[in-house]
Parts: sequence; structure tokens; C-alpha cells
Amino acid sequence: MASTLKPRDTRDVAEAVAWAAAEGQPLEVLGHGSKRGLGRPVQAEHTLDLSALSGILSYEPAELFMTARPGTPRAEIEAALAARGQMLPFEPIDLAPLYGAGGGSIGGIFAANLAGPRRFKAGAARDHLLGFKAVSGRGESFKSGGTVVKNVTGYDLSKLACGSFGTLACFTEITFKVLPAAEKTRTLLLFGLDEPAAIAAMARAGGAPHEVSGLAHLPAAAAALSQVGYVRDAGKPVTAMRLEGTAISVAARLEALRGMFPGIAQEELHGMNSGRLWTEIRDVAALLDAPLVWRLSVPPSEGAATVARMRSTGAPVTGWLYDQAGGQIWLGLDGSDAAADKLRRELPRGDGHATLIRAPDALRAAAAVFQPEPPALVALTRRVKGAFDPKAILNPGRMWAGI
Amino acid sequence: MTLAMPKPDAEAMARLPDLLTRLKGVLPADNVIVDPRGLKPYECDALTAYRQPPLAVFLPETVAQVAAILTACDALGIKVVPRGGGTSLSGGSFPLADGVLLAMGKFNRVLEVDIENRCARVQPGVTNLAISKAVEHLGFYYAPDPSSQIACSIGGNVAENSGGVHCLKYGLTTNNLLGLEVVLIDGSVIRLGGKHLDAAGYDLMGVLTGSEGLLGVVTEVTVRILPKPSTARALLIGFPSVESAGDAVAKTIAAGIIPAGMEMMDRPAIHAAEAFCNAGYPLDVEALSIVELDGPPAEVDDLMQRVSEIARDCGAVSIRASNSEDERLAFWAGRKAAFPAVGRLSPDYLCMDGTIPRHRLAEVLTGITRLSGKHGLRVANVFHAGDGNLHPLILYDANLPGELDRAEAFGADILRLCVEVGGVLTGEHGVGIEKRDLMGTMFDEIDLAHQERLKCAFDPNHRLNPGKVFPVLHRCAELGRMHVHRGQLPFPDLPRF
Ligand SMILES: Cc1cc2nc3c(=O)[nH]c(=O)nc-3n(C[C@H](O)[C@H](O)[C@H](O)COP(=O)(O)OP(=O)(O)OC[C@H]3O[C@@H](n4cnc5c(N)ncnc54)[C@H](O)[C@@H]3O)c2cc1C
Repeated sequence: MASTLKPRDTRDVAEAVAWAAAEGQPLEVLGHGSKRGLGRPVQAEHTLDLSALSGILSYEPAELFMTARPGTPRAEIEAALAARGQMLPFEPIDLAPLYGAGGGSIGGIFAANLAGPRRFKAGAARDHLLGFKAVSGRGESFKSGGTVVKNVTGYDLSKLACGSFGTLACFTEITFKVLPAAEKTRTLLLFGLDEPAAIAAMARAGGAPHEVSGLAHLPAAAAALSQVGYVRDAGKPVTAMRLEGTAISVAARLEALRGMFPGIAQEELHGMNSGRLWTEIRDVAALLDAPLVWRLSVPPSEGAATVARMRSTGAPVTGWLYDQAGGQIWLGLDGSDAAADKLRRELPRGDGHATLIRAPDALRAAAAVFQPEPPALVALTRRVKGAFDPKAILNPGRMWAGI
Repeated sequence: MTLAMPKPDAEAMARLPDLLTRLKGVLPADNVIVDPRGLKPYECDALTAYRQPPLAVFLPETVAQVAAILTACDALGIKVVPRGGGTSLSGGSFPLADGVLLAMGKFNRVLEVDIENRCARVQPGVTNLAISKAVEHLGFYYAPDPSSQIACSIGGNVAENSGGVHCLKYGLTTNNLLGLEVVLIDGSVIRLGGKHLDAAGYDLMGVLTGSEGLLGVVTEVTVRILPKPSTARALLIGFPSVESAGDAVAKTIAAGIIPAGMEMMDRPAIHAAEAFCNAGYPLDVEALSIVELDGPPAEVDDLMQRVSEIARDCGAVSIRASNSEDERLAFWAGRKAAFPAVGRLSPDYLCMDGTIPRHRLAEVLTGITRLSGKHGLRVANVFHAGDGNLHPLILYDANLPGELDRAEAFGADILRLCVEVGGVLTGEHGVGIEKRDLMGTMFDEIDLAHQERLKCAFDPNHRLNPGKVFPVLHRCAELGRMHVHRGQLPFPDLPRF
């Protein structure tokens, strides 16, 4: 009979998983379930709901870390950080608008290794998980890492846990690095660049010593959907470059950055509008109407060419935007065919991957949501999975069919 | 000499001729060393108290040769120790009597510099500094900068997840990698990541980084390179006590300032460094900190002021700001030469590497002083204060019977103290053989078993660098066994719906 198990503490989690392992009963492992749309649907009779493992356990702003239980709501974490002038530096995408399912838990953010526009400067979730406690598929509670940034004691299992979507172990406690939030934010907008020109401009900005912390390009159609007046009313493609830091520093860098692009129509956004625009970019606001959404990760310089090739396949691409200097592309499709093979064939050879971020359950069950791996890597992936979850009971099939 | 290695396997050693025969058509004779004279230079890494010539040294030049060596060794039951620059301080590349040393020095080419994507693709034997040199003329550099950067290889940096003084702001090796090519013990070649961010699937690149040569042999590395900051300036600040210096570090970070580097030295280290290279360090202070700030000139000037104010509030007795690039480098010269400088005070020294929460700094230093008395050995401290990474240098004389043992016992006590206050055994030098037997102070058997099973997924027969990192070598079959208790009433009082 289907059931939901709702452990109250680590011991409960260990007991539940040990039982599932003994009985060979697969579990769907969930925090708040807000990201169930990401990955393949899990076929499991039982659900392990970790939402009761909630709360911030330790937060020392001067030590730049926080320890929390995995079910702690994202909003609670962000509020606690904001109260002390700090933030999650990797700017995790909030999938609530795309999935319509709430802001989710901190555990889910790490399990899915999310990151936003600041990724290329600040890293992803994987760069911030300092340590954790978890229960593996063996039903055993174990720990890895610590609370300090510099730590090479034993394997860095934090990296492995990030982005493993609960298929190796269930977090019961996580410790992550936090940083001071910037005093000032400014965004330089460049108007009217076509896509190859925008990619080149972003590469130049990223290659200059101005420490840009956001580089995105919105084609005219995407720009028109923005809530930020300067962007929405431009009637042209908009390239956005973000600067963060102390007031003095941002002013100096903004002037230098402006000077790099003479003859191109410019505008600058201050704090509020900057914040709004980068949230829209982070959360893919321009593609909320697309029934199918892909996320592409490519070498930034290949961004525009990749999109052009994909559009010429005849797949019904309706909208797209470039984040992370062109290295992360969001692509919206119409219709009911994810066109997985067709699109993936157009990725730069051997360098890039595509993830199906939004699609109906049936499609995500049939298509490869995550990039298929070459055979040697599949074999290794299976062995790693087996090392942590020998009975394959944790989120089976969530990442790849049969794993 | 308290660290024992597993007993050499005489039968495996006797199979060396078979191994050489198998590799005949693959690896030219010039790339094989077996005569004792030739093996001598390879008998240790930078943990020089331990020496052991390897069974043979292989110097491959191609990925196919690496794959052939690994496959043959796996088949013949012969162990393999990868080696880059041989600068490991923890015995990571310490040879095994019954193992071949896979020296990656001939993988020494920068394959590609890609400015548009801000990355460089290099072979693992390229030195850390050579990467920065290769991109310098374009205004770029590779950020992680271990003090050993002229000698250590990027492959070794990946294996140790090395850091440097600039890691506070720019991250460790692991945060600056984009892609790896790795040969597994079964000879298969995998590519992880590339010029794009965040590889698909499990983050195997992340877990290979810092794996100390136990999981695979790295044959290519793609690193991120960064534009050089427009200005960098440093402050040299003297404090009347270690407490006040530690306080200033914590308050700087608490004020939201993340300097490019924030280093500290205690009195013995200051004096040693000054005697060694006349850096102009004040000699009447108990602690000296070097704080580097980089960015646009306006920002740097502003932050120099703010950091100075914090230091003054904490009781700093001298503050100097660098006014030229030469002066900045002079401030660093003493710090960068601290190891050799301390080396002149004493015939031998052991370099420790624990990390602690920043606010426990003063307390731990007091503890180290106490332990110094207990063991009757001198110690000088240099540390990456910004991220709580300590490098106590224990002075001893290997020619005096029992001193090495005492130095090791002292070191172990320091590391236990680090763990006790909520820190860790090693911040950047790795576990190797040096801290292997202390793993139990941080991890229990279940924790370790989870790590060891990962090893089994990569290298089920323990061919790669065995005897390092893990205190006990368990067989993979034993680790994989699961004790299931069927039929027990599951969690009688767990809420269900
Ligand atoms: C004076 C001095 C100063 C130092 N300062 C610092 C510092 O500031 N920060 C810091 O982090 N470290 C420092 N170190 C330690 C050391 O330099 C680093 O650990 C460095 O990364 C080792 O690189 P290597 O090429 O010498 O590696 P080796 O010593 O040759 O090997 C180290 C480990 O890497 C493995 N390995 C090497 N190449 C490969 C490969 N291609 N594939 C798989 N595994 C491989 C080996 O098996 C071994 O386990 C210092 C050392 C010295 C002697």
C-alpha cells in the first residue's frame, strides 16, 4: 500500500531507509516536493518526506557559514541571512514560477545543485556545501566535510552529493558557506546587439578586470516580457551586465565598463530595477508560457551559434535567453515533442549538455531529461550509485532510467 | 618514524619482468627507470622523513601509454602511485616498494588558451606557475597560488585540491576547474566537464579533486583563468598579541570585507623570515598580518582605509601600506619564504596544516605553545588567517634519536586540537600517509566506509596509491556487504500518512 513516511529526526530517516532497503521498497525522497518537475518522475510506492527536518541549527555570520536541516524553507534561510546583511552567493534559481510549486527547501537547492547568474563568478551550490550529514541507501547515517572552507580531509563527498537529486543519500543536516551581500548593485544595459555581437560583448566584459557578476542577453522578444521599463520598452535586444560591491568600487567599474562599449546605446539600472531584472533572468521569467523548457550548458562563445543551429532543426523554438555570458541558455519550445535527440545533436561537439527542465510527466519519463553519458561514464556512474545505494531504493530513475 | 606502510607484496614485485614485457611495444625504454641509481631521486616527496625507492618509475607521454600501464598493472596486481612535481607535504606521492611510480612530468604542454571562454586546457605535468605565465601576456592569470607554485604540477594540485594565499577571495583548485580527462585503473578514459559549467550527471570532477591519486590518473585539466585585477596593494600590520591580530581578522570579515589574501605570522616566524630575506618586518611585535586588497584603485584605497581602521581599533601597533608593486612584493617575500626561512633555524621541520574556525585562533595558538612545552620542541606559526588554515612548523633534528617521533607526536596533538575546536585535520596539504592514522579523530567507521566504497567504485582492487588516506585497507567485497534485518517491525512510531 502506498504510504508517506515523515521522519522527525535522523534516526527516523535511517530507520525508514533501512526498512526500505531490507524490503527492496523504492522511496521517492522529497524535501518540499517543489522540484518534482525537475528530473524523471520516480516510480515508488513510498514517499520519504523530509520536510519535518527543518530549522537553522547554527549561524555565525563572522564565520561565513550556516548549518540547517534540509527541510528548512528557502525563504527562512534567505530571511535569516538578509537580517545579517548576507546571502547565498550562488543565487539559486527559484523554480516556483516555472513549476508553480512553492519556493522549496534548502536541501533541495543543494540536491539539485542550482545556481543563477552569478555562477561564473561565485560558483554553484556545489562550491558552497562545506559538509553534511546524510543517510545513504544502506540506511546508515554518515557525515562528510566540516564547517570550514579549507578542508581536504577525505574525499569531497559534498561535491558528489550536490546535483545527485537524492539518488545517493538523504541529507539530514547541511553546512554551507555564505557571504556578505553587496553594498551596491548597478546594471549596465546595452541595446540593439544581435546575438553574436552580444556574445562577443559579454566575453569582452568578462575578460576585463571589472569583476562583472552577471552577463545576460535577452533577445527582443524576451526583453519585451520584462517588468523593468527600460528593458521592456526597448523594442530591441538587451544585453545586461551587472556590477556589485562597495559604492565607490561600483561607480568606478561602471564608468570603465561603459567606456568599453562606445557607440552602443546604453542605460544603467540602479538597485531596485537591477534586482528585479536579475531575478527575472535567474527564474527564466521570459519563458513561463512555454510548455517545454530546456537548459543548455555550453562554452559561452558557442552560445549564439548553438541556438541558431537548434532553431534551424525545425523544432518549434518559441523563445530563448542567454545567461552566464552565453554559457547557460534557456530555450522554450511549443508543442508536445521535447525533440531531445534533435536538439542534443546540435550541442557543440563533446562540450556541453542539455537538461529538460520543464515538460509533462509522461514526456520526462520517456525522454532523457539529463544528458546521456558515454558508456565508460555510465558504468562508473552505476558503480558510484551502487556504492551508496546498493539496493537502488533512493529516487530510482530520477536522473537516468535504470539508475 | 611512526607511520608504517602495508607490507610489500613480494609476489607482485616478482612480476615486474612480466609487466615490462607487456609494456614493451607501448612504452619506450627511455621512459622506464628500474636501476637503483635512477630510482634514487624518486624515493620521497616533500615529506622527506620518509624514503622508499619505488619498484620502477614509468614516465608516460601519451594517454594511451597511461591506459596501457594501468591496465597491465591492474591485471598483474601491481600497485601504482601517480606523481606530479613531488612536492606533497603529506606523503601523497610517497613511493611504494611494491608499486610503480607513474611520473607525469612529460605531460608538460599547455594545449590551448581560450580567452573568449576564459579558460586554458593543459596537461597535468604543467606547473601551477606555468599556467599563469602562459596567459600573463593576455592580462590573465590562474588564481590558486600555492607557495610551491614553481614546482608543483596542476595534476598534483587537482589531486590535493591545493590552495594558496589568494584562495580566500578566489577559491581553491576545485572552484577553478572546468574539466578533467581521467584514466581509470581499468584503462578507460573519461572526460568530465569541459569549457562549459557544471558537468551533467554526478559531479565526479568535484569528487576526483582532492582524491589524492586514489581514484584515477588525471591526463588533462581545463582551468578557469581570470583577468588580472587592475590594482593590488598590501598592508603590513603589526600587533602586540596574537589575540589582537586574530580579532582584527574576524572583524574584517564580519565587516563584509573579503580581502584577496589575509595572512598571519607569529613572532618566531617573523624573526626567521626577516633574518632570511630582510623584508623589513617589524621585530617588536607578537604577530604580523599581511592583508592584500585588489580591484579598481578607488575600491582598493577605500578598503585599505577600512581595514587599517579595524586593525587600529584592535590595537595594531604598526601599519604600513604598499605604495608600489615592488613594495607589495617585498611585503610578501618574507611570507612566501617562511618555510625555507624556518628551515634555517633547525636542521629539519615538519609543516602541519589544520583548519579551525577563525574565532578560535588565539585559543589554538595558546594551545600550540603549551604543546610545544610538553614535547620540548620549538614551533613557528604561519597561517592563512582569512580562512583559518594554520601551518605550524615544528622544528626538530632528525639526527637526534627520538626527535622525529616527538615531532610527529607534537604534530598529531596539534591536529587533534584543531578537530576538538571544530576544525579539520588538513586544509590543503592532504591526508596522504602523514595524517592517515588520525582520520579516526574526525570520522567514525561508518563515515570512512562510505568514503572507501567510493574508492571501490573507481578502483575495486586497491591498485591506485593504496596505504594513503585510509588507516585500514578494507577489501571492497567486505565493505559492500549489507547486514539487512528483514522482518523487523519498521519504525513503530514513525508518523505515516
Ligand atoms: C615549500 C612548499 C610549499 C607549499 N605550499 C603550499 C600551499 O601554499 N598550498 C597548498 O595547497 N599546498 C602547498 N604545498 C604542498 C604541495 O605543493 C601541493 O600539495 C601540490 O599540489 C602538490 O603537487 P605536486 O605536483 O608536487 O604533486 P605530487 O607531490 O607529485 O603528488 C601529490 C598527490 O597528487 C597525486 N597526483 C599527482 N599527479 C597526479 C595525476 N596526474 N593524476 C592523479 N593523481 C596525481 C599523487 O599521487 C599524490 O597523491 C607546498 C609544498 C611545499 C614543499
